[in-house]
Amino acid sequence: MMLKYVRQYLRGLLLLELFRGLRLTGKKMFEPKVTVRYPEEKTPQSGRFRGLHALRRYPNGEERCIACKLCEAVCPACAITIESEQRADGTRRTTRYDIDLSKCIFCGFCEESCPVDAIVETRFQEYHAERHEDLIMTKDKLLEVGDRLEQQLAEDRAADARYR
Amino acid sequence: MATINIEVDGKPLEAAPGTMLIEVTDDAGIYIPRFCYHRYLSVAANCRMCLVDVEQAPKPLPACATPVTDGMKVQTRSARALDAQRSVMEFLLINHPLDCPICDQGGECELQDLAMGFGRDVSRYQERKRVVPDRNIGPLVRTDLTRCIHCTRCVRFGEEVAGLRELGTLNRGEQLEIGTYVERSMRSELSGNVIDLCPVGALTSKPFRYSARAWELREHRAVAPHDAVGSNVCLHVAQDRIMRVVPEENPDINEVWLSDRDRFSYQGLYHPERLTEPMIRDELNGLRPVDWDTALRAAARGLRQLREAQGAAAIGALLSASATVEEAFLLQRLMRGLGSPHIDHRTWQCDFSADAEAPPFPWLGCAIADLEHCDAVLLVGAHPRTQQPMINHRLRKAALSGAAVCRLVDMAYPCNFPLAESILAAPSALPVQLSAILQAASSAQPDAVPDTAAGRIAAQLAAGQRTLILLGEGALSHPACAALCRLAARLAEVCGGQLGVLPPGANSAGAWLAGAVPHRGPLLSAVPQAGYNCQQMLEQRLPGWLLLGVEPELDCLDGRLAGEVLREAEFKLCLAAFDSEFLRNCADVVLPIAQYAETPGTLVNIEGRVQRFAAAVPPPGAVRPAWKVLRVLGNHLQLDGFEYRSCEEVYAELADGLQQLQPGSGDWQAPSATAAGRESSRPHKQQLERCGGPGMYAVDALVRHADALQQTDGGGDAIVRVSAESCQALQLQGDRVQVQCGETRLVLPLAVAATVPPGCVHIHSAHPDTAALGPPATMVRLSRAE
Repeated sequence: MMLKYVRQYLRGLLLLELFRGLRLTGKKMFEPKVTVRYPEEKTPQSGRFRGLHALRRYPNGEERCIACKLCEAVCPACAITIESEQRADGTRRTTRYDIDLSKCIFCGFCEESCPVDAIVETRFQEYHAERHEDLIMTKDKLLEVGDRLEQQLAEDRAADARYR
Repeated sequence: MATINIEVDGKPLEAAPGTMLIEVTDDAGIYIPRFCYHRYLSVAANCRMCLVDVEQAPKPLPACATPVTDGMKVQTRSARALDAQRSVMEFLLINHPLDCPICDQGGECELQDLAMGFGRDVSRYQERKRVVPDRNIGPLVRTDLTRCIHCTRCVRFGEEVAGLRELGTLNRGEQLEIGTYVERSMRSELSGNVIDLCPVGALTSKPFRYSARAWELREHRAVAPHDAVGSNVCLHVAQDRIMRVVPEENPDINEVWLSDRDRFSYQGLYHPERLTEPMIRDELNGLRPVDWDTALRAAARGLRQLREAQGAAAIGALLSASATVEEAFLLQRLMRGLGSPHIDHRTWQCDFSADAEAPPFPWLGCAIADLEHCDAVLLVGAHPRTQQPMINHRLRKAALSGAAVCRLVDMAYPCNFPLAESILAAPSALPVQLSAILQAASSAQPDAVPDTAAGRIAAQLAAGQRTLILLGEGALSHPACAALCRLAARLAEVCGGQLGVLPPGANSAGAWLAGAVPHRGPLLSAVPQAGYNCQQMLEQRLPGWLLLGVEPELDCLDGRLAGEVLREAEFKLCLAAFDSEFLRNCADVVLPIAQYAETPGTLVNIEGRVQRFAAAVPPPGAVRPAWKVLRVLGNHLQLDGFEYRSCEEVYAELADGLQQLQPGSGDWQAPSATAAGRESSRPHKQQLERCGGPGMYAVDALVRHADALQQTDGGGDAIVRVSAESCQALQLQGDRVQVQCGETRLVLPLAVAATVPPGCVHIHSAHPDTAALGPPATMVRLSRAE
């Protein structure tokens, strides 16, 4: 009983636990780091990362979306609003395609349900807004994101094609 | 009747001998998949989807074409049946495109549903699919023939229900196509029904195209507001907007069909001319939008000032025959509360001399469903095919099952069933001809009846067990309407039949019962003093007017007179839904009112059936339901009896009376000896007698603003139609002609038509280009256009 107190006292007096901790610190200090200096440095991303949404176009510039409204129907958060009409050339097109990012839960169902790969979730995640209305992605904004990231979107989908 | 016992999936069922298996299983709630079978169409048995396993049968049998036999044992879900169904499904999907995402039928497609329920999960078919070019079949129905699975429902519908073989099958086997053969529009007044019948997306609605998905739509029940049948409809609503209208099954009224007018008129609700704000006239600026309070005050002030200056009897009210019972009731209470007895809804009529003998409300003479069982029918001035399509459908069924349907008309509109007899006569000759029929029918010696058309009609009517004489719009708007009614009533009496009427408007019966006639109060109560009817109001040139849903120049029989009188009148309060030149130039106060899908209400159809419905969508802008507007106007005028909080409370006042009311055919006097009148003589050979009512799609303001319907042939046009003889006699040439009626001269397009009686000219009324000509049944002069 007595011995236990003595041992505890000595351990405290000689700062043994402190040195044990410092040893780990010292070891980690010279090991390669796992953290990155965001935003200058970034971690690798999966091609299946689900970030900001985009609407894609075909290589000839025609928008892919055909207003089938499956994404609107499947969205568990009811974040998508679509209105459609017959365009002058007779095709089925959206007149409105809104995604409310403050409702979206980034489940990716919209992307999965899309028969023409029009609505996709890009790897882009660095967006912010100061007002609620800025978080509503309209058709124009979505197409603009798609145009900007099309090369990467196409590459990711090509790489993933054999698993779909 | 003796029944036989069968067993389906181990469940014992009773059935009448000779019924098809699928009918028995449908009644018992056992589902068998099908594409080509439809309850109201003949059996084709060409899709083979309903194959079931019948004990002791060597192969699976189609349930739609297999009559039940005693002791039959059927398996609908056995391995053999399911395998047969799966194989049929695979064949059907060979050529069906995978364009569900852009197909309007997606989500409500029978092929999709059955592929999920009865098909394979993977297609084994690798080859190219067949492509069929689309055909343009008019502004209502869109074709995507690649999607067609050849069930031929649309083809059978055309032959069996619409009575026009418009769609047919071309070629055989894999090359089989549905088409019109010669490219042209569908002209049937029921063409929209092929949209509902098509189990896939091969025939879809053009106005609805791509605007919404089946799963977004909410259904609201309503009653169609254009004819006196009161077809039951479902309004499909998305984002507070009517996206489309489909029929609601009601075997007593419209079965499962719906006329194009009722189906596509919803487009009018979203016409750019729709009024959205109240307006009052300003000395300087003309009509300007104001808030409701200002407008209602102005309306009340105008009515009060006129009453103080010239007495209440200086104010007259006209309402549309399609206004609801509540609106009609409140309007008559408002008018009678103000002290004016002048209220009428019969804007199409000019002879009111037999008002006192009229029945409690315009009645068909039997239930709509019983029309099928009539065996002799005489249509007097009635064109049910254009004016009351569902009545025509029943008459067609009667005619096909052997009834003798005869007609006496002033314009031989094409009929889609065989007529036993048809007399084509000038408007002035209608009473003469009817009286000839009456004479022949009442002659003591049936053998001595002359072998004329009138004699043969009389013989048919006398021979019938269930005879019906129907007075149509042509008779009601006839200058000798009273004589025609009395002659027809006497004829019905002589033949032991019934007299019925086919009035225009959706709520003629309701308007009579709500007291919106000058000589009767609500529920047939007596009024202290009979007011002016529509014609008298116009002839007396009343200075104050209250119009509810009436566009006077188009809706009144004499559009010219109505236009003149209203332009001169001092104060015009218009409750209207659509902007028009008349409103812009003349109205003093305009109160925008809701239309049928936007207001709750009650309609009474011609068999006396009371049908209530609720509002499905909110009205646009500041628009309010007319019953509310009238209620508040009543308050502003400090009248009693306007303390309603809801439309139900208004209805409650009439409910008991309406439920207990018995229809009747009226208490008509015996026709006088001179009732028939004489056929008008033509003083000048260039004078022709004008016939013609409103076109099928010109009957009320809502239809006139429905764009897709106006693009069809059925909308009223301004074409002058004359017979070839008249055309030759008058030496008319070219495609235009000058029409002169009184002081009015118009140059209108000319067409030669065999459907016009000799010595007559047919010009539609209710058309902006022809309103200046005045009423039909007058003399007009035709001459070569300069």
